[in-house]
Amino acid sequence: MEKQTVIELRGITKRFGASVIANNNVSIDVKKGEILSVLGENGCGKTTLMNMLAGIYYPDEGTILIHGEEASIRSPKDAFRYNIGMIHQHFKLIDVFTAAENIVIGMDDGEKYDIKSAKTRIGAMSEKYGFHIELDKKVHEMSVSEKQTVEIVKALYRGADVLILDEPTAVLTPQEIDRLFEVLRAMREDGKSVIIITHKLNEVMAISDRVTVLRKGEHVKTVNTSETNEKELADMMVGQKVTLNIDRPLPENPELRLNVENLTLMGNEGHLVLDGVSFDAYSGEILGIAGIAGSGQRELLESIAGLHHLQEGRVTYYNPKKDKPITFYHKTFERVMELAEQGMLRYTDGREFTGKDESGKALSKKAICAQVEAGEILFKEDEVINLREKTPLQIRELGVRFSFVPEDRLGMGLVGNMDIIDNMMLRSYRRGKSVFVDRKAPEDLANKIVESLQVVTPNTHTPVRRLSGGNVQKVLVGREIAAGPRVLMAAYPVRGLDINSSYTIYNLLTEQKKSGVAVVFVGEDLDVLLALCDRILVIAGGKVMGTVDARKAKKEEIGLMMTGAVVGEQEKQEGGSL
Amino acid sequence: MKKQQTKQDQIKKEPLLRLVKRDALSAKKIVLIYAIAIVVSLLLSAIICSLFSSKNPLAFFAALFDGAFGSSRRIWLLLQDTALLLGVAVALVPAFKMKFWNLGGNGQILVGCLAAIACMFYLGGKMPDAVLILLMTVASIVAGAVWGLLPAIFKAHFGTNESLFTLMLNYIATGLVSMFITIWVKSGSGVLVPLNQGHFPELFGNKYLLTVLVFVILAVLMYVYLNYTKHGYEIAVVGDSPNTAKYIGIDVKRVIIRTMIISGALAGIVGLFLAGGIHHTISTASANNMGFTAIMATWLAAFNPLVMIGTCFFIIFISRGMVEVRGDFGFTNDSIANIVIGLVYFCVIACSFFITYRVVFRKASAKTAEADETKGGNKA
Amino acid sequence: MTLFFVSAISIATVLLYGCVGEIITEKAGHLNLGIPGIMCMGTAGGCLGVSLYMGQLSSPEQASWFLLVLISLLFSLVFAAALGGVYALLTVTLRCNQNITGLAITIFGNGATNFIMSFVDRTHFDPAGKLISSSLPFAERLGGFGSVVFGHGIFVYLAIAAAIVCAIVLNKTRVGLHLRAVGESPATADAAGINVNLYKYVAILSGSALAGLGGFYYIMDYIKGSWENAATIEAFGWLAIALVIFVLWKPNIGILGAFLFGACFIVAFVIPDITPTQREIIKMLPYVVTIVVLVLTSIRKKREHQPPASLGLPYFREDR
Repeated sequence: MEKQTVIELRGITKRFGASVIANNNVSIDVKKGEILSVLGENGCGKTTLMNMLAGIYYPDEGTILIHGEEASIRSPKDAFRYNIGMIHQHFKLIDVFTAAENIVIGMDDGEKYDIKSAKTRIGAMSEKYGFHIELDKKVHEMSVSEKQTVEIVKALYRGADVLILDEPTAVLTPQEIDRLFEVLRAMREDGKSVIIITHKLNEVMAISDRVTVLRKGEHVKTVNTSETNEKELADMMVGQKVTLNIDRPLPENPELRLNVENLTLMGNEGHLVLDGVSFDAYSGEILGIAGIAGSGQRELLESIAGLHHLQEGRVTYYNPKKDKPITFYHKTFERVMELAEQGMLRYTDGREFTGKDESGKALSKKAICAQVEAGEILFKEDEVINLREKTPLQIRELGVRFSFVPEDRLGMGLVGNMDIIDNMMLRSYRRGKSVFVDRKAPEDLANKIVESLQVVTPNTHTPVRRLSGGNVQKVLVGREIAAGPRVLMAAYPVRGLDINSSYTIYNLLTEQKKSGVAVVFVGEDLDVLLALCDRILVIAGGKVMGTVDARKAKKEEIGLMMTGAVVGEQEKQEGGSL
Repeated sequence: MKKQQTKQDQIKKEPLLRLVKRDALSAKKIVLIYAIAIVVSLLLSAIICSLFSSKNPLAFFAALFDGAFGSSRRIWLLLQDTALLLGVAVALVPAFKMKFWNLGGNGQILVGCLAAIACMFYLGGKMPDAVLILLMTVASIVAGAVWGLLPAIFKAHFGTNESLFTLMLNYIATGLVSMFITIWVKSGSGVLVPLNQGHFPELFGNKYLLTVLVFVILAVLMYVYLNYTKHGYEIAVVGDSPNTAKYIGIDVKRVIIRTMIISGALAGIVGLFLAGGIHHTISTASANNMGFTAIMATWLAAFNPLVMIGTCFFIIFISRGMVEVRGDFGFTNDSIANIVIGLVYFCVIACSFFITYRVVFRKASAKTAEADETKGGNKA
Repeated sequence: MTLFFVSAISIATVLLYGCVGEIITEKAGHLNLGIPGIMCMGTAGGCLGVSLYMGQLSSPEQASWFLLVLISLLFSLVFAAALGGVYALLTVTLRCNQNITGLAITIFGNGATNFIMSFVDRTHFDPAGKLISSSLPFAERLGGFGSVVFGHGIFVYLAIAAAIVCAIVLNKTRVGLHLRAVGESPATADAAGINVNLYKYVAILSGSALAGLGGFYYIMDYIKGSWENAATIEAFGWLAIALVIFVLWKPNIGILGAFLFGACFIVAFVIPDITPTQREIIKMLPYVVTIVVLVLTSIRKKREHQPPASLGLPYFREDR
């Protein structure tokens, strides 16, 4: 039986600015009583397309037909009038309002405002579809899944027949995903149409009736789920074989570089974001960190980088300095004296350096500086540095060579309104005693990075916020690598990037690994993690589920560990190939 | 909605006007838009003034220029007032660059002025003027700095809203001034007669030159500070992205506190000049609302201290010119100046819209975009 | 003592109008620093209304209380709302910086008020002021208590009514829910189908109109029709903005807060054995207390006691 068509998009085109085409001539349809998946990689235009149905954007070209008639959706209000409701990835809820207030907001049914009777109606509806919802709870006290439920109820309460969900499972636990899917199936039985925007193939196969695949803003194909498989969908999605061709040499002489022990961090809402996380990172290898988004990956890297106040735990950095000269490039004079006191330093001829001459008289600062600069003072042993409770600045002053590519590139890694040169300076501007900044070295660095990483930009004086996502990331990663790290941490470095830019980043990370850097890579795509990394640390809900050998592990195995269902055999793997 | 819709209906349902964020406009066009806005607002003012008097609108402009440049004394007063306003703007600009909304300029000027006057009152005659002036300078810088520091500490540590905090501090400063006047003036008249000691020296026999030189130099120094020093760089990072500052190891709290000490201290110096260089007395109105006017000047100059010299000059030009307009046109109080200044502000503020956004009309395409830009100024 | 209460209530009324007006605009996400200027403008409008009405009478004794109040009220509301309209146009439609716009509005409002007042015929202000401030007839007979509770002009009761109505509308009605939503998160409100700009306009216009009454009340009722210049009213405007913070954006608490502020303001003039210096110190108290409240709420960080989340930020739908 052919189902009735509810929505039809014809030749939709949407541009942002002159150069960015988010959607190009896309035509799809949505039927009554079906679950349609809109599948595509990050940045393929899925969300933009759906935003045009929700009245957030207005298409530049093309028409939208609803029940066969042309419709003009200028605002979210229009969308409601056409019974379309959208649940955005970033929830549009008001923190200080209760669930009930959030649900009835914007509704004007002509009747007297009466929150009590509204609550009764919401209660009845929740029962019908099987929601669990506390109507008097304030949104800022809710978990992510509760907030999502409020969003869905809100859309249904205003009579949505077509429900669009943008990446609904990204932040949910497996149990919550199951419950969500049950609700969605109940809605389908009730004759509603559900559109899920996603990039997760397993969910597409599990829940949807049909799949629409988008790639780089264009519609590839729409197929029935029963007539396809994950492999075919993945091919359509990326447009080429998913076999990732990443060069992965074996780690050479791995040495312990970073040890994290029992790291525990309390979140703002008073629950543990990180719960006793322990792991080691070795030089010359890429350690992957896998987990469902929001399992504590971001906080883990930020904690190591000194951005959080830890409840418990140790972060130790092993500086391979044995028999190497101490320099002022990474150490301050005070640190040199501190190390001298600890008996960590010696002269080239083997005598201990204590900061005093033979007669026991203290050397002048000038004399010591001269000795350090002449390379006469060496480390006796590798330096072991405790990083707990240190600020990023202190960490750098201790001579720890950390680079960190944070998840939020423009909000944390870079300053959007500054040009490439000034962004290069972020790391180095403190150098030297002058009160003035030196823009010469950063400018050279900027030119070097623009050239070597093929950053597309008018010039190095362009504010980075005007660059596209891939180019922004090249600037950031380029800067972090230029700092000559011994440990390089990168959180979702390829998110939102096209295939070519992604490969540039993979190659950069691999090069770093080859040159003996300990790389920590937080990723979301398991295929990438399995092809790029040497070991993969899996975390779920702020806990370590285990570490696996990326060369041997199966995708399904990691997937299960990510859900928190299985604990990997950490011991065995640790002692394995390394 | 059930009705069959023709193509035309559908077009009608498209939004009539849509706003689109512009890519950056060239500096030339921005200047042009502002110029148009200023001309329009002055024409408007001329018409209003002539409506309420028998004079013709052209006389408005004649009087405006006469009031500002009519005699060498007027020119020097224009320059002195410009310098003072510039001084306040220079004080505020590092805070604004840091996105710290310092609305407390008035209070910071007042406490600076108060501290200097207190030195003059208690110590005047007991020591050589040179020593007194030195003490006054230190006192007003410290007082201004404290007034800047207070909101900064709470903003840095607890995120206390700085606009409201600084606004309240203005009134506490005013209260302090009233309080000290009641202590100093036993007659109860509430007016402190100008004090005789601690006057700033004249430079080359010109009593305005020192003020002008000091604040122009400060403006240039501030330009260098913001654009070429490590401190200035940190201010920019904190203002644009506090998270990046944290990530890179900038101590955000320290930068906020340090910058506000500088901001308050500089405003204190303006107070010092009011006390030692110009009025030699103090009243609750000594700050002459420069704390607010300077916000306008910094904002119009897009937080560039060198451009601020121009915006301050323009604002003072209008208000000095209006003194003459008021006399010429026979207005009984100085309210007309505020009206004209208000009008100029409205037009110029409205410009920011046309610089940031582009209005796209129904069925409009890229072709009309150019036309909008020129239209922008007129509409303002 | 009676005099103290009566005076405190009078000052409180001026502040309450400004405060409730500002709360309404701030709830829509707009920090309106133009409120002092708008209060001036309301004064000018009301006074113009009074002089027009009184001017066409053959003698001041013929003035009808009802017509006088009605006409001056309407004039005051319209003038204040008009200046509020300029603020709304600039900050809502043209999305200009709210702080800057507000300051310009205050400068303009101050000037325009002085300008208008220099043209307004003030010959009949004295009788008009007495008429407007005339108390309820039975107040005298109830002694001290009576004059404290019933001994005020109509504008005092209007202010209290406005605060109560405002509190009810904000917390118990759909309009209030939507308005708070607009101030907390315009993007959410927009997505929920609320006409964000319409709400902002209505809130700014009605808030401004209400605030304007404060200035008019001060001139016509409290100081019975005498006029110096707009600066006094402007100062009350700033105090009203402080009051908004002090009462944590709650109009019903505003009644109490306004009385406290009014008391602080007036106590200095009422206490007999007080030096001028002590008087100035007491006059500073409201500002100091406001800062303390501001700091305490920011330290406690209770979500319900914070300013509306989008206060001061422009809203542009496609901006994300």
